[in-house]
Amino acid sequence: MPAPTSWSPNPPPAPSYDAGPRSTFTNTIRLKLRVPARLRNLELALLVPALGIVAFALVLVQLATSGKTDAGILTLAGLLALLVLAMHVAMRLVAPNADPLILPIITVLNGLGIAEIYRIDISAKLSGWESAGVRQIAWTAMAIVIAIVVIVLIRNHRVLQRYRYIAMFSGILLLILPMLPLIGTTINGARVWISVGPFSFQPGELGKVALAIFFAGYLVTARDSLSMVGRKVLWMTFPRARDLGPILVVFAASMAVLIFQKDLGTSLLYFGLFLVMLYVATGRASWVVLGVGMFLVGAYVAFTTLSYVTGRVNSWLDAFSNANYTAQVNSSYQIVQGIFGLAHGGLIGTGLGLGQPYRTPLARSDFIFSSLGEELGLVGIFAILALYLLFVSRGFRIGFAGEDDFGRLLGVGLAFVVGLQVFIVIGGVTRVIPLTGLTTPFLAAGGSSLVANWIIAALLLRLSDTVRTTPRLVVEP
Amino acid sequence: MSKQLRRVSIVVLMMFVALFVSSSIIQVFSTDTLKSDSRNVRTLYDSYSAQRGEILDANGKVIAQSVPSKDVYKFQRVYADPKLYSAVTGYFTINQANPGIEGSLGDYLSGTANEQFFDNLNNIVTGKTPKGASVQLTIDRAVQKAAYDALGDNRGAVVAIDPKTGAILAMVSKPAYDPNQLAVHDTSKFFATYNALSGQKYSPLVNRAIAGDLYHPGSVFKLVVASAALESGKYTPESSFLNPARLQLPESTSFIQNAGGGTCGAGAKATIATAIKLSCNIPMAQLGAALGNQAIADQAAKFGFGQSVQIPMKSTPSIYPTGLDAPQTMLSAFGQSDDRVTPLQIAMDSAAIANGGVEMQPTLVQKIIAPDLSTIKSLTPTVFSTPISADTAAKVRDMMISSVAGGAASNATIDGVEVAGKTGTAENGPGDPYTLWFTGFAPANDPKVAVAVVVENGGGLGQDAFGNLVAAPIGKKVLEAVLNK
Repeated sequence: MPAPTSWSPNPPPAPSYDAGPRSTFTNTIRLKLRVPARLRNLELALLVPALGIVAFALVLVQLATSGKTDAGILTLAGLLALLVLAMHVAMRLVAPNADPLILPIITVLNGLGIAEIYRIDISAKLSGWESAGVRQIAWTAMAIVIAIVVIVLIRNHRVLQRYRYIAMFSGILLLILPMLPLIGTTINGARVWISVGPFSFQPGELGKVALAIFFAGYLVTARDSLSMVGRKVLWMTFPRARDLGPILVVFAASMAVLIFQKDLGTSLLYFGLFLVMLYVATGRASWVVLGVGMFLVGAYVAFTTLSYVTGRVNSWLDAFSNANYTAQVNSSYQIVQGIFGLAHGGLIGTGLGLGQPYRTPLARSDFIFSSLGEELGLVGIFAILALYLLFVSRGFRIGFAGEDDFGRLLGVGLAFVVGLQVFIVIGGVTRVIPLTGLTTPFLAAGGSSLVANWIIAALLLRLSDTVRTTPRLVVEP
Repeated sequence: MSKQLRRVSIVVLMMFVALFVSSSIIQVFSTDTLKSDSRNVRTLYDSYSAQRGEILDANGKVIAQSVPSKDVYKFQRVYADPKLYSAVTGYFTINQANPGIEGSLGDYLSGTANEQFFDNLNNIVTGKTPKGASVQLTIDRAVQKAAYDALGDNRGAVVAIDPKTGAILAMVSKPAYDPNQLAVHDTSKFFATYNALSGQKYSPLVNRAIAGDLYHPGSVFKLVVASAALESGKYTPESSFLNPARLQLPESTSFIQNAGGGTCGAGAKATIATAIKLSCNIPMAQLGAALGNQAIADQAAKFGFGQSVQIPMKSTPSIYPTGLDAPQTMLSAFGQSDDRVTPLQIAMDSAAIANGGVEMQPTLVQKIIAPDLSTIKSLTPTVFSTPISADTAAKVRDMMISSVAGGAASNATIDGVEVAGKTGTAENGPGDPYTLWFTGFAPANDPKVAVAVVVENGGGLGQDAFGNLVAAPIGKKVLEAVLNK
């Protein structure tokens, strides 16, 4: 950073005759304004092509399906673009040093999701508020506004550490909400929704943000006791029984989700998140061994006792057998149709609006990845996966470069939870793991997921701003 | 903390590598297996959107082709001269049964026939969009148009065959329909049109040439009876029968008459030759009784009665009833009783007589041409059956010549050309309009074409019409169209 040079005891002779402290002062101000702005300018330079890609995708969809362009949806998308730019401007004011890649990445992902959802609406002949694409745009607008509020209100992420127990309680509350009578709703076999009037919401999505905050706050204070003492077995030091409390609580919660909400994905997501944050905080591999062991046992028990888990696993292992394909419950029909869609797209895809993604059930939400894979091909899939990977790595960067341990842990946790969710969903669709009911971050239709992920993005932006603003004196080995 | 973070980074990277690998496997390495899965409806819909081959007439003019469209099926089938060829082409729908050539040669046209397997494999490797084979028909535009125009507003059908090859030169069924209105991609639109057409009393969708409700043949069936008589060796064209103006059927109070109401020419006796020339019922009824039901049935079967012929659409088998009593046999000998035929069968009878007793397999297909213009299949004339000897054929032919030259089929006379022909006027019931027939071939000594014409509803003249008045002039125009080529 060139800034310190202007504070050097002997400033270089100023070009002006009006030399002295005053010109140094103006130079400094100019520098202060210019240097941080560089990141925001980069962000703006990336936002322009990002918004361009989205607009191009929407126009392609319209041209391919109807042969002409329709101003309505483009106007709505234009309003979203203005909101994205508003967020950019807000960051110039309150988070000038924030990471310049995150906003462009999620703009492209969110926009591509809207384009594909809109495309499936067209083949289903839906329009207006009936159209999931229009609703997705509305949710995105709300999510961006919330993200702006988060980034404006939370100027210092350390306040979150103070509220870790509030985060814990709200996380647990959000988790158990769907299990409550009256408002809890079962959709597609999983009881992870709440319905109030015409609105349905997946509180678990927000729960993952709250839990990441709690885990980070709790682990930063408790990690000494969790990492120092223990009994050595072979080459690993295992924790004392009395320190097992937290992991048992989280494990129990995960299993409760698995059993009562019948949601394999969320269960795996929470437990995975906790385990990774625990490992990063304590540095003890034994926690991971212990955790993975517990989860495997739990999963095996679930596989043998819970019929829906058995069904999921069977239709994962032998998706193409006719028995599983035509089964009444937990059939592999969806996943096979999704795979047919991906195969139909092949290497370069059919082109936006030119495939048949609507043949796959839940093509807008759970199977948005196969829909995009069909129309954008493996090439497009690789680009999308690369964007996710980049997003996660920007989060991890906070972990590497951060100053305070709470911030580092929180950054890693939030980034990892997005990465893990991508793996669970797309791994399910491409048969790496059994199919579960999570949403693809930023892409899939669904308001709760959008809001939660934009909050995650806002928090990561806030954390990254702190990392760059704090002068680094010591470089960690 | 950084050490753990590096490890977690590696784990995340591995997770993404797994996703990269799994997507690559699905989208690149196993696409062929996945695409050929029978449950993959996308492949099915793709087959609709592969460019379907063209249908061409004998002169190479395009009758049906697929042009690019903007919907998911990518191509729209378009028919030139739609009504003229509707009985031949049928129509192409995306998910309903397709009649005509569109249906019977659908696998070639869509490129899924076994012979095209290696082409398709090649297309997959080279990434070319698949295209179906084209079908060149034997239908001659001039003959088809002559038949179509000559039938005018009548309900009925015309079939013209090259007797030496079996090539069908014209096949018309009226009323005709516009296949363009049925080759739509919107299923509800298709059904609206389809139901409207099939709901009509005389549906245009019925191909009367090969698969209608079948017709009473009337006097054109006398050719089969005369053939049976000559083949038996017991009769010659000069064999004669009693010649009254009325004949009482045995075991019955009913009488039968000749068409004009009088005797069959002058004299106490009438020969078979005279009976064919003047189309008399009474001598033929006596001949039929003498031959017996079974002998006529055997001869009819040799001509192809009772068989479905593939041209490649399947025809409805024509019927000559067996197990008849004496009076029924007598009626059946001049094409009444329960005799039921297709115009195709009658044209095949004439073609066999024209071709020295050798009946060729009739077909509509000249050639099937692959997208690279190589020929997948071409017409090789094959013998369908040999119902009569060359000698019998010559004798029946001579009787048919005299029928045109100075007998009951005089309206088929063509200046400067010897025409062999036979008319028919079939009764359908008391007061019902007659079914009018003409069948014949020309030139008689070196036949280029055999034709069968049927006109329903007495050609609009009720019981005042007869075959020579309505059907023979139509037949004449079709014969001329071939001879003028």
